[in-house]
Amino acid sequence: MLSFIRKRAIASLISLVGLIVLVFFLSRLTGDPAALFLPVEASAELKQQFRELHGLNDPLMVQFANYVGDVVTGDFGESLRKARPALDVVLEAFVWTLWLAAITMSLVTGAAILVGSLAAFRAGGFFDRFSSIVSLIGASVPDFWLAIVAIVVFSVNLAWLPTSGTGSIWHWILPICVLFVRPFGIIVQIVRGSMIGALSSAYVKTARAKGVKSGPIIFIHALRNAMLPIITVIGDQAASLLNGAVIVETIFGFPGVGKLMIDSILQRDFNVVLAAILVTALAIFLMNLLIDMAYALLDPRIRH
Amino acid sequence: MADHLLEVRNLSVEFHTAVGVVKAVRDISYYLDRGETLAILGESGSGKSVSSSAIMNLIDMPPGRISGGQILLDGVDLLTMPAQARREVNGRRIAMIFQDPLSHLNPVYTVGWQIREALTAHGTNGAKAQAEALRLMGRVGIPDPERSLDKYPHEFSGGQRQRVMIAMALALRPDLLIADEPTTALDVTVQAEVLALLEELQQETGMAILIITHDLGVVAEVADRVVVMEKGQLVESGTVRDVYRNPQHPYTRKLIAAAPGKGEMHAPLPRVEPVLQVRDARKTYGAFDALKGVSFDLMPGETLAVVGESGSGKSTLARILLRLDEPTSGSALWKGRDLFQMGAAELYKLRRDLQMVFQDPTQSLNPRMTVYQLVSEAWVIHPDILPKAKWRARVAELLVQVGLGPEHMGRYPHQFSGGQRQRIAIARALALEPKLIICDEAVSALDVSVQAQVIALLDNLRKTMGIAFIFIAHDLPVVRDFADHVMVMQNGKVVELGTVREVFETPREAYTQALLAAGLNPDPDVQAAHRAARLQRA
Repeated sequence: MLSFIRKRAIASLISLVGLIVLVFFLSRLTGDPAALFLPVEASAELKQQFRELHGLNDPLMVQFANYVGDVVTGDFGESLRKARPALDVVLEAFVWTLWLAAITMSLVTGAAILVGSLAAFRAGGFFDRFSSIVSLIGASVPDFWLAIVAIVVFSVNLAWLPTSGTGSIWHWILPICVLFVRPFGIIVQIVRGSMIGALSSAYVKTARAKGVKSGPIIFIHALRNAMLPIITVIGDQAASLLNGAVIVETIFGFPGVGKLMIDSILQRDFNVVLAAILVTALAIFLMNLLIDMAYALLDPRIRH
Repeated sequence: MADHLLEVRNLSVEFHTAVGVVKAVRDISYYLDRGETLAILGESGSGKSVSSSAIMNLIDMPPGRISGGQILLDGVDLLTMPAQARREVNGRRIAMIFQDPLSHLNPVYTVGWQIREALTAHGTNGAKAQAEALRLMGRVGIPDPERSLDKYPHEFSGGQRQRVMIAMALALRPDLLIADEPTTALDVTVQAEVLALLEELQQETGMAILIITHDLGVVAEVADRVVVMEKGQLVESGTVRDVYRNPQHPYTRKLIAAAPGKGEMHAPLPRVEPVLQVRDARKTYGAFDALKGVSFDLMPGETLAVVGESGSGKSTLARILLRLDEPTSGSALWKGRDLFQMGAAELYKLRRDLQMVFQDPTQSLNPRMTVYQLVSEAWVIHPDILPKAKWRARVAELLVQVGLGPEHMGRYPHQFSGGQRQRIAIARALALEPKLIICDEAVSALDVSVQAQVIALLDNLRKTMGIAFIFIAHDLPVVRDFADHVMVMQNGKVVELGTVREVFETPREAYTQALLAAGLNPDPDVQAAHRAARLQRA
């Protein structure tokens, strides 16, 4: 078990290191950083000053060593706009995103497993067909459209919920509901497919021959076997929420990392952009590790 | 009325499929009393498993439908019971074990958990279930029961898994145990142990056993009475001895006649120059020695049977001879050249001479190729054998040779039965006009009557075309009818090598004797004598 986790951790650590290197070279090799970071109308002296200040005249390898040192110590410099350490700004926003993603994905996972399993139990039945249509719509509806329609209906016309911002529990409802739809639609379909396979397996026949009730057959015998592909997709969907649900956060004025990233790119606050990329990458790295551990917990054959 | 424990009356089951209604079971009736063993004998597609699934309420409806009849357990019809009461019957009154215990055990729970569940599902409390699971594991002969309870199914051997299944089935001391081909996937010595365990437990608990099998030997060993099914209908029933000695229905007669192991054994061939000389062939996988030095000679037109149980290394031998796996050391002289040392160009030529027929034709035939494509692919790879203009005529010829017809050329593998598919695989092997065909369990998956036909076909090819065969099998009666020489293997080593008559009539080694003794004879009287001898030894 431990050696399995260690192997997986090393594998994902390599991609994390790769990402760190890639970010550096993308910001250095795709053009003059001074031109990139400073406004178009900046003077030549200003650009020279900028290069001096940030060590951009040093050899590339020296710059790279400094950059790696900064990343490892968590020093991403100051936010140009907010005059605070970039990392602090990012972490503050990231906590919002983390909560949003965690609550949404918990709801999605519970609901999708329940609906998908019941659909699979009576495959071809009314509930199955109904949930297939609902999940197909959910998986394909564009979230920006859904967000705007939700604001128009629930905030503007009915005036039940606030349009944007934070402050009360009511502010969370619309973003969560909008973010819920797509992963729910996708995961229901995966759960259904995986559960149909598990429910037609031989060990389910054995359980029926033992006189086990339908509930435990679905949720204890079949579900645990069906979980491996489901967890993979849950991981993918959670990663896309952790990345910052850019559009939905922006529409609802939700102060998460997605909105921060868009704002910072528009404001050329590149220290914040860099910190945000690496923080979310680290978060996704940790989440993948959790998923690998879940695999090993669920299936004893992986542990060996 | 309720004088029988189980009575199936006029049962009919049909399946509604895309191509129409399939009547899997048509108007069958049989009964079973306490303490009695009834065998349902039939080949694939006979409906023998469907009727037992109906008893266990395991048929998926739809597409299945029970279109008529009754299943009475102590006089109460299981088919009209309320769902809750019906579920209570499973596990408590009737239990079931299956052919393939690995897939029938849940891979992600410990066997202890699964045995306990059989008890807790019917209201036993956790602590008592734990104690009972421990007792059951010991009773069915699992070593170190305490620690084994916390192991997962994949950590046991095939025979042990079936013992676990039996422990689970017998947890609540059911009145009836249904065993669906319980030993088909097991080695013969393990089969004998498992059948003996079932009989012991039957004597202990007085339960009735309904055993579903295709194997006359199993029937002779364990059953009191037998019913024979063909194409969904019950064609014959009676005591095992009556049915074997005096079969009434032509189908039963055909089944009994087809049982292997009764024909004349081959006389030894005159010694000539061997076509293949294998010396000290070894193969290791990591730290595991799969083959520990195997040597033998094979003459043209000779059949060498390689027999042994799982893990004996017989399939590894086939794979290294075909260079599907690389041998670790040793030599194999084919027409004077060591095929273990051959490079790619020489191997390409060698493939023409050496062909293989695999166990499962469903997997070894590409489902998206027609029979014509499958057979003629050999000439695509070796274009010098035959000009393309003659391909169709030659494929037709080969199909006739294996007992199919030219009209089958345009069809796909799924349109054939298992036996027909194996004939296609043989036609494909023949397309290259090989000198040696290696058959890896080539008839094991086939029904007995089909098995006999395929063996007759292979024997005919051997005689008329002088093809040598290496015939890998675990089924000794089949080997007896077909082999010239027999090589017995165990744990990667050759235990005994001799002519078929030597090995079957005067086996020298204890392991060979044990293998032969564990084999089941379809004749109930012969089998009873074997059994008496075995009990005396024990």
